[in-house]
Amino acid sequence: MIQTEGLTKIFPGEVKGTTVTAVDNLSFSVEEGEVFGFLGPNGAGKTTTVRLLCALIGPSRGEARVNGLTIGRDDQAIRQSVGILTETPGMYDRLSAEKNLIIFAKLYGVPDPAARAAHYLKMLGLWDRRLDAAGSFSKGMRQKLAIARALLHEPKVLFLDEPTSGLDPEAARLVRDAIESLKGEGRTIFLCTHNLDEADRLCDRIAIFKTRLVTVDTPANLRQRLYGRQVVFHLARLEPAWVTAVAGLPGVRAAEAVDHRLVVRVDDPETVNPAIVRHLVAAGADLRFVGELRHSLEDVYLQLINHA
Amino acid sequence: MNLHRIRTIVDKEWAEVFKNQLVIWTVAALPLLFTLLPLGILFATRSVTPDAMSGDVTDLPKSFLNACGALAPYECFQVYLINQFLVLYMMMPLIIPTSIAAYSIVGEKTTRSLEPLLATPVTTEELLAGKGLAAALPAIGATWGAFLLFVALAPLAGATPTVVSRIFSPTWIVAVFVIGPLMAILAVNFAVMVSSRVTDPRTAEQLSGLLIVPIMGLIFGQIAGVIVINLPLMLGVAVTLAALDIGAIYLGAQVFQREAILTKWK
Ligand SMILES: Nc1ncnc2c1ncn2[C@@H]1O[C@H](COP(=O)(O)OP(=O)(O)O)[C@@H](O)[C@H]1O
Ligand SMILES: [Mg+2]
Repeated sequence: MIQTEGLTKIFPGEVKGTTVTAVDNLSFSVEEGEVFGFLGPNGAGKTTTVRLLCALIGPSRGEARVNGLTIGRDDQAIRQSVGILTETPGMYDRLSAEKNLIIFAKLYGVPDPAARAAHYLKMLGLWDRRLDAAGSFSKGMRQKLAIARALLHEPKVLFLDEPTSGLDPEAARLVRDAIESLKGEGRTIFLCTHNLDEADRLCDRIAIFKTRLVTVDTPANLRQRLYGRQVVFHLARLEPAWVTAVAGLPGVRAAEAVDHRLVVRVDDPETVNPAIVRHLVAAGADLRFVGELRHSLEDVYLQLINHA
Repeated sequence: MNLHRIRTIVDKEWAEVFKNQLVIWTVAALPLLFTLLPLGILFATRSVTPDAMSGDVTDLPKSFLNACGALAPYECFQVYLINQFLVLYMMMPLIIPTSIAAYSIVGEKTTRSLEPLLATPVTTEELLAGKGLAAALPAIGATWGAFLLFVALAPLAGATPTVVSRIFSPTWIVAVFVIGPLMAILAVNFAVMVSSRVTDPRTAEQLSGLLIVPIMGLIFGQIAGVIVINLPLMLGVAVTLAALDIGAIYLGAQVFQREAILTKWK
């Protein structure tokens, strides 16, 4: 659905003669129906990438295809086929929510603008407030209205640039729920964010990006690649000898004691765990609880970004 | 150019701009003033006897007196006074679109609604045309309306048929119906260029106001008797303006590029 090859954007710098490379040699691809997370710190070049892919600005080098269309060549067709929630989505504050949507539906050439606007107002729970000026909306509602605006022409690819940043937790949740429901409709979604929980919850795959692409993988694989899989055995009492013994069992990569817990790194917990449990019980351990230690995506992200 | 999209932009601008009291006042107040004031002047000078006038009339610039021809002295005086307004009528289409265009471009820049708009299939030419028309049409309409209203009411204010025919003359018709729209186009494109550089609509409006300086020159020139406003002069002005408009449209379109708006406009 989206393929980029060596995509690069260089801006003229503040100081004359200097340049700022916002996106450097970016290559990746996004499959149809996928929710693709684009994760990076502020200034990483996320917004620039989205603008390039939506044919709002032109690349300095490299190529990209969106929905089979080539940027720089089919720009108007790209704009017609993608939806974008911009980083700071302004509304016409003096006009009603409904009027805002109808204007955009007309610009996209939607057949029955009023009906389409009504559909999305209902879908995003804004129907009751449709006649109110957009300026009177709370931040969360504005963001939902902006999402509705991005959907009016039924784009196959939807770009969301930090949809929940600057929202309070409740509003962010409303917006996240809205995105989750879009995910169910089989749309391709390109989600820029620096909220890791959001990426973890919503995305099929995540690209970690800071001017250059650091890595792309599923959230689970990202965790596993860095930390392997870890199992925690909560014990009433922990003897140091057990740690070395467990570390020596087949299939165990490492074991360490943390307070009363034994943290074991294994490749395949499903087959190795029973052996560990048998061994511990035989050694006289009181096993209270066994669980998988999940590293937060944040750990993974910080690790990768700091080394990028 | 897709006319449907241009219309959508115009509708949107009008829906939004005319919710702004300040803009409504600029659009309405000036034409009203320029209709009522000359009517008042006609009314005030209507009962003056020709004899009492003759002293004043000889004070008029000589070049103007020559142009009076067969007019009675007081008619000549009236035509002279009303002609001062002709320049003001040319100024109207310069002032009104500026405030609309400034709000419609700088306003949209500050509320960050330009990017979603630029993300639609609308071309920048369509967008510029839509915004330009939204600003120019009310100005042209208001100017024409004010002038026609003035001409229609002039007899009631005591203007003789001769005076009315001098007002509804080719000079005025060229000024109002040809120069007016040309002025409006110039003002809109100037406002676009200014808007790309400033972040406050009022600043944009004031800077665009600089355009009226050359017109003021015409006014003072006329009062000082250096310039006589007649048909050849108006035609010359129209041709010059047409050339300036072409340049302004070109420059405005240069400034109004998708990437430039998103990355260079601050
Ligand atoms: N118009 C521009 N001119 C110069 N530099 C820019 C411009 N837009 C973005 N940049 C620079 O490019 C980098 C990436 O910006 P951006 O894409 O906005 O990052 P993000 O959205 O990830 O926060 C930043 O260093 C920013 O300063
Ligand atoms: Mg950004």
